[in-house]
Amino acid sequence: MRTIAVVKRIFQQMLRDKRTLGLMFVAPLFILTLFHFLFTDNTTENPKLGVAHVDAAIVKQLKKKEIDVIEYERAGDVKKTIVDDQLDGFMQMKGDDIRLTFENSDPSKAKALQIKIQQTIAAEAAEKQAAMMKKVLHGIQQQLHAPVKMEQMQPPTVHTSYVYGDKDTSFFDTLSPILVGYFVFFFVFLIAGIALLRERTTGTLDRLMATPIRRSEIVFGYLLGYGTFAVIQTLIVVFFAVKVLDITLEGSLWHVILINLLLALVALSLGILLSAFANSEFQMMQFIPIVIIPQIFFAGILPVEEMASWLQAVAKVMPMYYGGDALKSVMYKGMGLGDIRTDLLALFGFAIIFVTLNVFALKKYRKL
Amino acid sequence: MSFTIVAEQVSKSFGKKEVLSNIDLAVKKGEIYGLIGPSGSGKTTLVRILVGMDSDFAGKVNVLDVAMPSMDVLSKIGYMAQSDALYPELTGEENLQFFASLYKLKKEERQQRIAYAAELVQLTPHLSKKVMAYSGGMKRRLSLAIALIHNPQILVLDEPTVGIDPELRLSIWNELSELKKQGKTLVVTTHVMDEAEKCDRLAMVREGKIITSGSPLELKQQYEAKDLEGVFVKAGGKRV
Repeated sequence: MRTIAVVKRIFQQMLRDKRTLGLMFVAPLFILTLFHFLFTDNTTENPKLGVAHVDAAIVKQLKKKEIDVIEYERAGDVKKTIVDDQLDGFMQMKGDDIRLTFENSDPSKAKALQIKIQQTIAAEAAEKQAAMMKKVLHGIQQQLHAPVKMEQMQPPTVHTSYVYGDKDTSFFDTLSPILVGYFVFFFVFLIAGIALLRERTTGTLDRLMATPIRRSEIVFGYLLGYGTFAVIQTLIVVFFAVKVLDITLEGSLWHVILINLLLALVALSLGILLSAFANSEFQMMQFIPIVIIPQIFFAGILPVEEMASWLQAVAKVMPMYYGGDALKSVMYKGMGLGDIRTDLLALFGFAIIFVTLNVFALKKYRKL
Repeated sequence: MSFTIVAEQVSKSFGKKEVLSNIDLAVKKGEIYGLIGPSGSGKTTLVRILVGMDSDFAGKVNVLDVAMPSMDVLSKIGYMAQSDALYPELTGEENLQFFASLYKLKKEERQQRIAYAAELVQLTPHLSKKVMAYSGGMKRRLSLAIALIHNPQILVLDEPTVGIDPELRLSIWNELSELKKQGKTLVVTTHVMDEAEKCDRLAMVREGKIITSGSPLELKQQYEAKDLEGVFVKAGGKRV
């Protein structure tokens, strides 16, 4: 079989190229580990709030809400104070007026602090209200010389439960399934694409056309040869993510592997297809911002359902949209094969289209 | 008279530029046919069409009485490209093995042919080295060995002796004559006139046209030139 000859040659070439092997097998683990620590090992520092002329009661409440409160005698130049003393915000009270100033270099941090302060003020106001009511009631009781019954209001208890994940679910738990698939997609695309490209630029592909090999035999040789490495990479990445990084895996490990293998197949066929449109490794790299990076936006990290309708249409032609959805469904939501059937079919469809186009793209070299 | 390769009215253009115009040639079985001409004259383009690698041309090409391109005929042609198309990460032997397996040779025959081809181009001691460590001449020789690997009836060699030292060049030409004696048909391109002398018949190519053809002796007599260089100048000299 000529296909086997191509596969064997690819093995020989790959095994000689230790660095590429390293890129394929170690680099995804490195990035995944980095992501893992970035998103899970956060030391959350309490926000620092400067206060001047603020009620002692409110200050006490603020401190309870995990805010580091620093009291100032006078407000002075608030903006300067914030910058000089590295505060996240400053709070002043003038009678009933409250003036808040935020540092706001990180808007999400500023928002969180603002919410905490507003909750404190509202709670404090409610308490004051309650105290007033009590006083009024007390007055009425004394005038009536009889006790007035009033039911004590108990605040309702809130019980929280979750359809997917639990209260400790971090952003990384929903992100990681997508990342696992994305790395497989990215590295397979790059390596397979550049490999066939090199075969074009060194003239060996052209030389092959003087032998009785069929175009389809070349394409399948490449799919099988690099596909094998893609399978190994997929297995390493998935096992590492689940067993070492302890990424949430609700569904079956085998389903995760299946999805990733399909993704690798799509990336492989897309990579060797696009290499037909590049004249050098440098031009191949230029496909990364055009073809690979946009995939991440539609992979499910940003909610696709909330996108403008034309963007949703764009998402539908991105392989990672289906891959990301399937991986998230299995790993995070614990769904089975039935639930991700559409995604799998879509990925399979992409692969078939790209493989067919590959056989046609080689017609540039020989019509047979 | 049996012709192995027959080309009739072959023309080819890259865009608006015509690189081959109305080429007629016929190569007899068991002869060495030379295509002589300066670089850029269209030799390589013509050779690629004869081999069946390029099917985008006007005219007709028959090889072994089959219209090209044809998958069957491809396996009966040994081709050596002008630029070495080898896998640098692999050893010389692995390169030979790979190409041999594309022709579906049996394992025994494959080993035999590899040993023969390597010996012929004097690469036997270097077979286990990676091709990236080869010199230019060694790569040329390996390319030639690959062209011979499947014992083809027809050999099409595009500038086979570029970068090869004179001694080895002589031994390669001796071997080509030997292959001819075995009944193989050879098409060789070259821009070296003294190699042209060794061809049975030759065609002089210039700017995509065959300016003259015949045996070296015929040509010299016809143009009253003492060597082929003189023939080339007289036959293709631009008319003022």
